[in-house]
Amino acid sequence: MIKGDAVREWLDQRLGLNMAIAIAEHKEVPRHKHSVWYYFGGMTLFLFMVQVVTGILLLLYYRPNAENAFESVQFIVTEVEFGWLIRSVHSWSANLLILALFIHMFSVYFMSAYRAPREMTWVTGVLLLFLSIGFGFSGYLLPWNELAFFATKVGTDIAGDLPVIGHFTLRFLRGGDDVTGATLTRFFGFHVAVLPALTTAVLGMHLYLVQLHGMSVPPSFENVEVKKMKFLPNFLLRDVIGWILAIGVLAALAAIFPWELGQKADPFAPAPAGIKPEWYFLFMFQTLKYLPAKVLFIDGELLGILVFTIGGLLLFLVPFLNKTPGHGRRKTVFQVFGVVVVVFMVVMTIVGYLT
Amino acid sequence: MKSVASIWSMGSRRRLLHLAIAVMFIAMVTSSALFFRSTPSAAQAPNSCIECHSGLPEERLSKPTQLFDHDIHKVRGLSCVDCHGGDATQADKLAAKAASRGYIGKPSPMQIPAFCGKCHSDAALMKKFNPSLRVDQVQEYDTSVHGRRLKEGDKNVATCVSCHGIHGIREPDDPQSGVFALNVAETCAQCHANPEHMQGYQIPHDQFEKYKMSVHAKALYEKRDLSAPTCNDCHGNHGAVPPGLASVANVCGQCHGRQAELFQKSPHKEPFDRMQSGECIRCHNNHDILPPTDQMAGVGEGSVCTSCHTNDAGFASAQRIGQGLANLQSNIHRAEEILDRAERAGMEVSRPKFELRDAADGLTQARVLVHTVSAEEVEGALAPALDVATKSYSAGEAAFAELSYRRKGLVVSLVFILFLALLVYLKIRQIESEPDEAEA
Repeated sequence: MIKGDAVREWLDQRLGLNMAIAIAEHKEVPRHKHSVWYYFGGMTLFLFMVQVVTGILLLLYYRPNAENAFESVQFIVTEVEFGWLIRSVHSWSANLLILALFIHMFSVYFMSAYRAPREMTWVTGVLLLFLSIGFGFSGYLLPWNELAFFATKVGTDIAGDLPVIGHFTLRFLRGGDDVTGATLTRFFGFHVAVLPALTTAVLGMHLYLVQLHGMSVPPSFENVEVKKMKFLPNFLLRDVIGWILAIGVLAALAAIFPWELGQKADPFAPAPAGIKPEWYFLFMFQTLKYLPAKVLFIDGELLGILVFTIGGLLLFLVPFLNKTPGHGRRKTVFQVFGVVVVVFMVVMTIVGYLT
Repeated sequence: MKSVASIWSMGSRRRLLHLAIAVMFIAMVTSSALFFRSTPSAAQAPNSCIECHSGLPEERLSKPTQLFDHDIHKVRGLSCVDCHGGDATQADKLAAKAASRGYIGKPSPMQIPAFCGKCHSDAALMKKFNPSLRVDQVQEYDTSVHGRRLKEGDKNVATCVSCHGIHGIREPDDPQSGVFALNVAETCAQCHANPEHMQGYQIPHDQFEKYKMSVHAKALYEKRDLSAPTCNDCHGNHGAVPPGLASVANVCGQCHGRQAELFQKSPHKEPFDRMQSGECIRCHNNHDILPPTDQMAGVGEGSVCTSCHTNDAGFASAQRIGQGLANLQSNIHRAEEILDRAERAGMEVSRPKFELRDAADGLTQARVLVHTVSAEEVEGALAPALDVATKSYSAGEAAFAELSYRRKGLVVSLVFILFLALLVYLKIRQIESEPDEAEA
């Protein structure tokens, strides 16, 4: 027996390697006119791995306290060899990850890929969306710059407006009544310990379910013969091309548009004009701005927050609310609703940027 | 068992009793209110001065009654008779203004300082109204040009009422007061900018026009900085005099302490005083004090040094100082410009930008040291600042070098990345060109 085979045999006996390879070799991906959307799940996963790697590298120099956080990021981007690249890639990749995640989620939604038996795949996916937004919100504060400080103040203020649990949530997030060094330390904890642990568990579950149920075919192709592509190596190699190009895009963005550091946060300074949250919160922020002070007898802002909270909860329930997604009037209702939501999000985000 | 009628009649009686109590209560409250309203308060005691003067057709005589409504003296509980004497309780004009009742009437300008000083110079009395108020105003006034001239019989000079008003006297920190910081210059200008009024005094009347152009007026009127100097901050208020030519530096030094201190020790002090050139105002003017420029310290256009120094050691010093200041200024500007450009290009340069503030501080320090008129002293402050400005400029250059390196690196990386992607693409094509491999 040659040496390579011996190693494989040894590993197979201990890890069941041959079984895993066999599963991968048998995995197939349907080929149809909507197949392009399948790549966004893998792209999101790849960008997540970029975040893990660059995040660990940033951790080597980052100091999570109000006195040193800004200076440590400044040190990373000015003194550390390729520190600017790692920091910019981390920031740009975070944003591209959220974008890829939204595209992945809406493609799954419009192709009704959440239908039985993939309800739990959808639920874990929505959980991953919220975890990723949590990563974004907690990570935004870590450089401890002026914009991040006030955006976190506004963001946590909004959470504080929630009925019953609002005050508790605000104090829990801030580690007190105000955004202080305690908030920074807490957000750091969420960003590098709590959220990664939860994400690892939920992501593991999500990937397991994807393997278990395989790729979903859109309802319109359900009853027709669909061509298939081997996952290994055909689909994976296509994924790899996307990932390589993503590295190129990230490198270009980091080199041409390095992520700004801004001014160090000063809790006693007045809030600068034009404070805006990250783009993926902007549609909600803009909507809250447009709501009148009172809608009937309810506080306008509170109503907006409640609607978005309920919207978030309904997102989990999509597969259970639409049990016959491929057919009938309900399909049309869900498709139209999805289009309205996407248009609303895009329009409000653009308006938020322009105003 | 009680009948319905008897229960009703009991209820009716109780209701009637309640109604009677309520009516009595309302009547008591109303009558007590009317009683208290009809009792004259101290403030509303009969004042025949006001009653009579307010109805007089001549504005000169009726206006004081309106102005007095907002007067600080009225606010503090004083009335007409507290200044003018007489008896305001007398309805009869002759009885009210009887000399036997202490009637003074309208004081002449010569009498005014003593008239106001009757109370304002009485420490015991003033403590009852405002313990923190000074009581030496009349004493000070007597030392002023106004006070001295008044004693000589000049009735045109300012007295208390010229600045504070007559019946509508307000506190000095009241924005409507003539002596509120924002109004002082205009109050002084009423006389001092009036050529007719100033005729015969042989002093100019353009001070207010000049002051309005000054850096001090800009701070006061545009920035609303109430601590910026106006007339009384240099000339004094009650003891207003032009500062002596040899003590100008002391006056300016109230705010510009370091500059005054350096000037007093400088070689300029003795000749300036000897020539009676007015210390600070020799270079900075007096009322039209413009923002100082670095050119003032050199030998080129705008220089003030060359008005005395032409071809001597002073000229050489001025030349060195002027060149040093201009050199640092231009180096700071150059560094700011490159750092701004680097920042716009997305480079992180906040640290060198922050450090550049040290250079600006050094420039300010050097500008102050100009008052030593020592080129060595000024250059001593300029050297470290120049070093900082040079390092900041180098940081800007380094940022652009780094930017260029990144872009070149990006091009190389992209070529490699695209090549890699092409290889993978070719591999896919190779795999899928083999039969039974493309599709399962």
